Amino acid sequence: MSNDPTHQFLVNKIVPIEIGGIDFSFTNSSLFMVATVAVAAGFLYFTTSQRGLVPSRLQSVSEMSYEFVASMLRDGAGSHGMKFFPFVFSLFMFVLTANLIGMVPYFFTVTSQIIVTFTLALLVIGTVIFYGFFKHGFGFLKLFVPSGVPGALLPLVVSIEVISFLSRPISLSIRLFANMLAGHITLKVFAGFVASLGAFGAIGVAGSILPLLMTVALTGLEFLVSFLQAYVFAVLTCMYLNDALHPGGH
Amino acid sequence: MSVTPASAESTPFEIAQAETPADTHAAQPAGEVHTETGVAHGEEHASGVFPPFDQTTFASQVLWLAITFGLFYLLMSKLVIPRIGGILETRHDRIAQDLDEASRLKAEADAAIASYEQELASARAKGNAIASTARDEAKAKADAERAKIEASLQDKIAGAEARIAEIKAKALADVGTIAEDTTGALVEQLIGAKATKAEVASAVKTAAGE
Repeated sequence: MSNDPTHQFLVNKIVPIEIGGIDFSFTNSSLFMVATVAVAAGFLYFTTSQRGLVPSRLQSVSEMSYEFVASMLRDGAGSHGMKFFPFVFSLFMFVLTANLIGMVPYFFTVTSQIIVTFTLALLVIGTVIFYGFFKHGFGFLKLFVPSGVPGALLPLVVSIEVISFLSRPISLSIRLFANMLAGHITLKVFAGFVASLGAFGAIGVAGSILPLLMTVALTGLEFLVSFLQAYVFAVLTCMYLNDALHPGGH
Repeated sequence: MSVTPASAESTPFEIAQAETPADTHAAQPAGEVHTETGVAHGEEHASGVFPPFDQTTFASQVLWLAITFGLFYLLMSKLVIPRIGGILETRHDRIAQDLDEASRLKAEADAAIASYEQELASARAKGNAIASTARDEAKAKADAERAKIEASLQDKIAGAEARIAEIKAKALADVGTIAEDTTGALVEQLIGAKATKAEVASAVKTAAGE
């Protein structure tokens, strides 16, 4: 069981809760969501408690993440997009922290659960649709009608635009989920090679050097992927919010 | 819904636990088996379903994600973002204030330099004025002195000229007398007779008148 690369994605109940026949148990997934919130919020809160005019190193990290997301949002969605800053910042920090916590051995990776990434993606698209209609009414539908397209091509272009819009939550969620899942499985498989080859004596130990090196390299890569996927998730969120803010601005 | 080797191994165990008839289990899709067993036994998630696609966990995960992410969003928007934004704004303001202060000090320094220059220029002008006044005064004094000396010299010259004229007149007057005496003596020597004074004087006068 411990060699099963998918074992790490198992959701185990810690406190069983059932409401109206639906299972709402507090699971290891819930535990690590709580841990993600605690770590991210705690870090951001306590590193900035000094409010230093000249920041300490950790305060710089918090300020850098703030300015990083702020510039990302400003570039992606313009200065009007800054009203979504708390949302994008929360998304980025949550996904990043969840990804990084998942890198600790034996820890659960919240973002390797498709339902988690899909819920976050639906939240993003829901915000886009809600705000788009709230702000522009039916003018939001101009999003699907790019300007300067000849009339004959319009039905085709509009249907492509609609399909691409509908596929956004799927691509957004699967991108993050699949990256985290595949990375963790790969790590587990290569690490498993090290252990199982080591059982075959001296030759096995010698042969396990290569997968060990691979594991080390992949660990580095996975840290990069953890950051990159959080960044990609946030950048795409900014771009989608831009559509809600400026539907005609293709 | 891939069936991993590990979950395949665990299937007999799971059947025993779930008390599902073996033939029913074989006929059912893996997901459905799981749904039955998952509710009954928490540990049975390693059934035929690939763990991340195990739908029995979805409701719980969505709920807890909503709770935790909602809480996180609140913490971020109410606490952390205003704080970091405040820190950055304070720093920005402070830098702007320092720059303002620096430019104010620079303006002050410029003003001080300008007033120094002005002071210097006025001092130089004053010095020049004093010097030229002194020069003018000295010149006026010298002129007055010279004029006075010239006047006194003029007086002296006039006095001397008057004396010279007097002496000359006297001398000229003496010349007439000498001429008369000489003429009288010459006449006496030449003709042996004494000419009268009046005759000699009129003769001299006639000769001098020519």
